[in-house]
Amino acid sequence: MSLVSSLIEQAIHRTALRPWPGLAVDADTWRAATLGLGAGEVSLVALWAGDAGTVHMALRDPADGQSVVLSLATTDGTFPSVGLTHPPALRPERVIRELHGLVPEGCPDDRDWLDQGRWGVRHPLGAATAVAADGDAYAFRAAEGVPMHQIAVGPVHAGIIEPGHFRFTANGEHVVRLEERLGYVHKGVDSLLRGASIVDGARLAARVSGDSTVAYSIAYARAVEAALGLAIPERAVWLRALMAELERIANHLGDIGAICNDAAFAMMLAHCGVLREQVLRAAKATFGHRLMMDRVIPGGVAVDLTDAAPIRKLVAAIRSAFPALISLYDNSASLQNRTVSTGTLDAGLARQYAVGGPVGRASGLTFDARKAPGYAPYPDLVFNIPVRESGDVDGRVWIRIDEVNESLGLIDQILTRLPSGPIAVALPTASEPSEGVALAEAFRGDVMAWVKLGADGRLAAAHLRDASVFQWPLLEAVIENNIVADFPLCNKSFNCSYSGHDL
Amino acid sequence: MRTFLLKGLFGRPLTEAAPKVDASELEELATLLGDTARRKLGRSLSIREVDAGSCNGCELEIHALNNAYYDLERFGLRFVASPRHADVLLVTGPVTRNMKEALERTYAATPAPKWVVAVGDCGVNCGVFKGSYAVAGSVADVIPVDVSIPGCPPEPTALLKGLIALIDANER
Repeated sequence: MSLVSSLIEQAIHRTALRPWPGLAVDADTWRAATLGLGAGEVSLVALWAGDAGTVHMALRDPADGQSVVLSLATTDGTFPSVGLTHPPALRPERVIRELHGLVPEGCPDDRDWLDQGRWGVRHPLGAATAVAADGDAYAFRAAEGVPMHQIAVGPVHAGIIEPGHFRFTANGEHVVRLEERLGYVHKGVDSLLRGASIVDGARLAARVSGDSTVAYSIAYARAVEAALGLAIPERAVWLRALMAELERIANHLGDIGAICNDAAFAMMLAHCGVLREQVLRAAKATFGHRLMMDRVIPGGVAVDLTDAAPIRKLVAAIRSAFPALISLYDNSASLQNRTVSTGTLDAGLARQYAVGGPVGRASGLTFDARKAPGYAPYPDLVFNIPVRESGDVDGRVWIRIDEVNESLGLIDQILTRLPSGPIAVALPTASEPSEGVALAEAFRGDVMAWVKLGADGRLAAAHLRDASVFQWPLLEAVIENNIVADFPLCNKSFNCSYSGHDL
Repeated sequence: MRTFLLKGLFGRPLTEAAPKVDASELEELATLLGDTARRKLGRSLSIREVDAGSCNGCELEIHALNNAYYDLERFGLRFVASPRHADVLLVTGPVTRNMKEALERTYAATPAPKWVVAVGDCGVNCGVFKGSYAVAGSVADVIPVDVSIPGCPPEPTALLKGLIALIDANER
């Protein structure tokens, strides 16, 4: 019997969660799950705390894709540490501890993660005690040996990127250790979602990570719809996918250009930048917003497609310009020299972290939320999930190139088969308490949304989990033994979200 | 590679005409900037972008200013890597409590005369993040702001208009 099935059997009772089984468990079952994670029998999808001192752990069976959410009601403010047996859980666990004041017993890392001692409050989602906001010191891990030196980078970086701090310990040019310190863009999203209306929650979800606004809106809307048991019109489902694929193409084009630019190959950025701009203009012409923010709403979509011509023209333009760019990438030895075998992510680590997106798929993982668990309309569409084994910067570039081509094919199919009819249904007013969870595949990996609705129809609690949560720690791993100058390249090839991680 | 270079040399540029800036907007800015700027800097301004807590939507559109359609550098405006090289801080927000000190220090590291442009609804008024324990306030709550460019996110043309207004006003 698989671990997931045995967890389902051991549950005290089923929670109100839809569509995955929601299992109320005791500490022993929780512990069994942490051991299963450590042994690689299940993958960690997310770890977070909801309301009333309850901690949740979403798991996926890597064999059949079956997902469950374990919910443990803490009685004394503690829960068995997951990070003790499964390192990917360490940061989410530290976040639970500092935001909610719930203690992971046995957690090997007692440092705060997002809390830098500047909020003026401790445990803002728990007891919320006021404290001085004069900032905490942070104990970076030491690296021993001579001669070592440290390089501190950030939070304000040289480029137009988000803020975060990187502490390198180097031996000459070689990076011996990289440690990240994040949390600079923590905006308290979980606390703002608490008690918000479904509509206000949607506006927040769309602004967790601006580059993935469509994917976040889809994940959030599907979680709300699952909780309410609401079926939305077919046309809305297909329009959502159309927007999601446009977003994927725009971001992949931006990333391909930016990665090459970090290898001082600016021409690629210039040409990819032109194509990316054309995607955003087609989005504006079709849906009225360049990033398509707030166009996906709970219940459907906010704007209908009246004229598909700009998108058809865009697809044709990319199809005609992109192949030459691909061969430019493939045939420039100076560029390949920088990307091939740089920043290699080991397949075993990728599997342990169940890392999504191009980062995982360049290291042999096949997971893509559009295929497994899969959500409408993707099971009706023909497309491949590109997978590579090399795990290096080059592999991650190629996954993006291949995905641009797959997404162009998806857009063709969507435009040809787009159903007619209404684009949204009204949300039912007050309902009974319910819970919903959903995944959506953003360009950088799967986004998970979990919502708990109260009897008043508002959000009692909600949580959004970016793919970056499990990608950031791996960036620390891939830079080891590379030279300092290759860090920007490794970092860009991951392109993790700071805002999506910090929430 | 050769094809790309030849096309670049002989093809028509994609760059579009600059957006028009409202005369009254200009007047207002000119007064604000005074003539120190003109004397010291002429038409060229160096910009340092600071993300003080944004969702990264604003950054995407600020990036777009560098693409061939908008080509920011033709106006003498360019992004620089350090506040010590900058005349203008382009700040997106809301300013989080964890970024407040970094923003203040960046402002202090920028040599005078200097201007601050607050970008996006969040930079201007904290947007949807208003009221959070983790948000210190809008950009203006933390450092003095000269120009505000609202929008969620502001489109590149809106950003361009705001920045051109800054140099035009600077010229008067």
